[in-house]
Amino acid sequence: MKPFNIHITGVGGQGIGLLSQALLRGIDHAGITAIAVDTHGLAQRGGIVISQIRCGDGVHSPLIMKNRADLVLGMEIHEALRGASLYLKKGGTLVFLDVSWQPLSVRLGQTPEITLENVETACQISGAKAIRVEIKTMDDARMQNMALLGAVSKNALIPGVTKVHFDAALEDLLSGDMLKKNRAVFDAWAV
Amino acid sequence: MKKTGEVLMGKDPFEEIFMGNEAVVRAMIETGTKVIASYPGSPTPEIAAAILSIPEDQRPFYFEFSVNEKVATEVAFGAALNGNLSCAFFKSVGLNVALDSFVQLSLMNITGGMVVVLGDDPGANSSQNEQDNRNVYRMSRVTVLEPSSPKEAYEYYKHAAALAIKEQTVVVVRLTTHVCHARQKIKFSAYENPAPSRTNFSRANGPYIALTVMALDMKRKSIQKLKRAGQYIRQAGLNTEIKSNNSRNKGIITSGLTFLSLLDVFELSSYRPDILKLGAVNPLDPEVILAFLHSHKEILILEELDDILELQIKALAYDHGVKTKVIGKTEDEDFVGEYTPDKTRDKLSAVWPDMVIPSPASPALLFPVPPRPAQMCPGCGHRSAFFAIKKALEKEDVTVADIGCHTLGYMPPYEIGEVLLCMGASTGIASGLSLFNDKKRVVAFLGDSTFFHAGLPGLINTLFNHHNITLILMENGTTAMTGHQDHAGSVIPVENLLKGLGVESILSCDTYSQSKLTELVKTSMAVKGISVVIAKHPCMLKYSRQKRKQPGFVQTHVDIDPEICNQTHDCVERFGCPTFTRKPDGSVTTNLDLCIGDGSCRQTCPEKAIVFGKEAK
Ligand SMILES: Cc1ncc(C[n+]2csc(CCOP(=O)(O)OP(=O)(O)O)c2C)c(N)n1
Repeated sequence: MKPFNIHITGVGGQGIGLLSQALLRGIDHAGITAIAVDTHGLAQRGGIVISQIRCGDGVHSPLIMKNRADLVLGMEIHEALRGASLYLKKGGTLVFLDVSWQPLSVRLGQTPEITLENVETACQISGAKAIRVEIKTMDDARMQNMALLGAVSKNALIPGVTKVHFDAALEDLLSGDMLKKNRAVFDAWAV
Repeated sequence: MKKTGEVLMGKDPFEEIFMGNEAVVRAMIETGTKVIASYPGSPTPEIAAAILSIPEDQRPFYFEFSVNEKVATEVAFGAALNGNLSCAFFKSVGLNVALDSFVQLSLMNITGGMVVVLGDDPGANSSQNEQDNRNVYRMSRVTVLEPSSPKEAYEYYKHAAALAIKEQTVVVVRLTTHVCHARQKIKFSAYENPAPSRTNFSRANGPYIALTVMALDMKRKSIQKLKRAGQYIRQAGLNTEIKSNNSRNKGIITSGLTFLSLLDVFELSSYRPDILKLGAVNPLDPEVILAFLHSHKEILILEELDDILELQIKALAYDHGVKTKVIGKTEDEDFVGEYTPDKTRDKLSAVWPDMVIPSPASPALLFPVPPRPAQMCPGCGHRSAFFAIKKALEKEDVTVADIGCHTLGYMPPYEIGEVLLCMGASTGIASGLSLFNDKKRVVAFLGDSTFFHAGLPGLINTLFNHHNITLILMENGTTAMTGHQDHAGSVIPVENLLKGLGVESILSCDTYSQSKLTELVKTSMAVKGISVVIAKHPCMLKYSRQKRKQPGFVQTHVDIDPEICNQTHDCVERFGCPTFTRKPDGSVTTNLDLCIGDGSCRQTCPEKAIVFGKEAK
C-alpha cells in the first residue's frame, strides 16, 4: 500500500489518545503496517495535542512532513485549521468537529475566534475536501472522539480499513460500560 | 480489552502494539530487572504508568518513585551492589540532579549490573531546555545505546542489561521524546520466571570507596571496561551499515530517530548515500567508522543537537590522515531542535542540492490561527491562588517561579513568576534577589513535589543565612504536571516539616478562600526574614477524574446569568478560566465540555453573575 499519513489534532483533554489508538489498531487489524506518535507539550490540559499515524509501505519515522498528510482530523476548530494549514497535502481531506475551545488570546479579546466559514473557505482555496462532523445531539463531550472515528469509518477515509477493523480496535482498548457507550457513539456516526 | 499489565506479564512470546516506554518495561521483565527507581518527568512517565499497570503483588521487581533523580540513581546502585539487576529512569534534566552520583558509577564494580534509561527531549517539547546528555557520557565513561524506534528500545534495553551484567557496570539507554512516545507492533520473546532476589553485598567485590589513589586505579579499570563494552557492541552488531546501490561515493553517519528521518528523506531522493547507523553512541567504534570513512569520498555526520559524533569522528579522521571530506554542522540552526524528517530534508538539500527532489510549495497559512499556550485546568487551585496573590502584590515586588503546573502563572492574565531556572531553584534565586534590596519585596513559589525534590536545601539556606523572602508553597497533594505521581508529602506533611525546621511564620489556607489568601500573603510579606504561605487545594484534574468514576456522578457546571452580567469581563480577562467563552458581542458563556462546576470563579464576578447550573439545584 502507498504511504498514508494521518495528522490528528485537538486540545489536551479531548480524548485524542483513544482516537489515535483506535485508528492505529484499526489499521493494524486491516493488516497494514503502521507507526504512530503522540506529541503533547507541557500541559495535561489546555495545550495542543497532536498524534500522527503513518501506514503503508516506505514509511519510517512516525513524524509526518509538512503538507504531506492525506487526512487531517481536527477535534477543535482552531486546531483543525492550524493542523490542516501545516500538514494537509493538496487535495487531502480534513474532518473536523465544529467545537471551539477558545485559546487564551481569544478569551482576552485580543484575536478573533476561528469560525466555520474560515475553515470552509481555507479548504476551498487550497483544494482540500472538508467534512464537518455534527455533534449537537451528543450529551457526553468525552465521546466526541468516537463521532470523529465514526466519520472516518463511514466515509472510508483510510484505504483498506473498514468498520470491522475499528470495532476490533475498540474491543482491544475498552471494556464493560465504557466499551458499550463508546461503541454506541461510534456506531451512530459510522452509518 | 487488552490490559497492559497482563500483556506485559505474558509468559509466551507475543506481538503487540506498544509505545517505546511500554516496550522498555517488557524488556525489564524479560531481563530480570529486580529493582527500578524513578522520578517522574516527560518523556518517560509512561514507563512508570506501564509498571503501575501491573498489580503490585504480581510485579517481578520492586519499583519506587524516589524523591528525586539522584536518590533514584543511588537506590538502583545500592540494589545492584547486592547482585540485583537494577534500573533508574528519568528525563533529560534529571541527569543534572543525579550527576554527582552518576559520574561515580563507572568507577564501581556494580555486581548486579545497572541500566539507566534517560529520556532526552530534542525540541524541548516538555522541558526547560533541550540539553544533549551525550555531552555527559564521555566524562562519565558510560556505554550508551541509542534506539531509533520502540522495537529497538525493547531490544537495546536487553543488550544494555546483558552488557551491564557481563561487565558489572552501568549502561545507559538513551531515548528521545518521539522514540518514547512512538507506537508500533513489536514481537516480544518469552519470559520465564522472576529473577531471584539477592543480598550479596560484599566489600570484597569493590573497592567501593573512590578516595585518593584509589580513584585513579578505579578510573583505569573503568577505561578498560569501556573498551570491553566496545567489543560487546561490535559482537552484537549494534552499529550497522546500510548499503545503497547508488550512493555516488557518499555516506551518512547517524543514530536514533534521525536515522528514520533520513530513510523518509531517501524516499524523496534521486540517489541514496550509504548509511552507518550507530546503535552505540558511546564509546564509538573507531574501526567501523574508519572503514566507512575510507570507503567514501564524502561523509555527512547527521546528528541532532550537539556535535558529539562529529568532533570525535573528525579527530579520528585527522589522526589517521583520512582524505575523505567530512561534513558536519555548518549553521547555528543545525544545533537547534529535533531532526524531524522536514529538518533532515532541509539539511540534506543544503549539503547535496542534487540529491533531494524539491518538495511541493506549501500552501500559505490562509488564516492566522492564534497560538494556544498551555493553561491551568478548569478549577485549578493554582488559578485561584494567583488571582488572590496578585491582589496582595505591589508593582515593584519580584516574583520567582519554580517548576510545575504553577509555572503557568507567568502568563497573562496573572503574570506572576518572572524568573525560572529549574526544580527547587526559586528560594535560592529569591535569596540572591533579596540582598542589598530594601525596595523590592521578593516572593518565591514552589510546588509540593518540588519542595521535597530539590526545594529543601534552598529553604534551609534562607534560615541559615537569614534571607528576607516570602515563600508560597503551592500544595496540591500530587506531582501534577507529570501525571499525578505520588510524592513524599503523603507521608511527611509539609507544614510539620516547616515547623521542624524552625520556620516561625507559617500561614496556610485553601486557595479557593481567595480573600483570605490575599490577606495571608499581605501579612506574610510584612514579616522580616523567611515567611511561608501554604496555598493549598487538591489538584482538580486528578480529583474530578476520580469523582467521575463514582456511580451516580452528575457533572455540575456554572452559567453566566445574562440578566445580571454587565460585561466587566473579570471572569475571562482576570480570573481567566478556559471554561469562559467570549462571544463577538462581548457576552460570555461557559463551555460545558470544560466546566467542572467547582464554582471557584463565582467570587471573582463583581456583579455575582456566575451562578450554578440547574443540576446543582
Ligand atoms: C530535574 C527535573 N525532574 C523532573 C522534571 C519534570 N517535572 C516538570 S513539572 C514537575 C512536577 C512538579 O510537581 P509539583 O512541584 O508538585 O508542582 P505541580 O505540577 O503539582 O503544581 C516535574 C516533576 C523537571 N522539570 N526537572
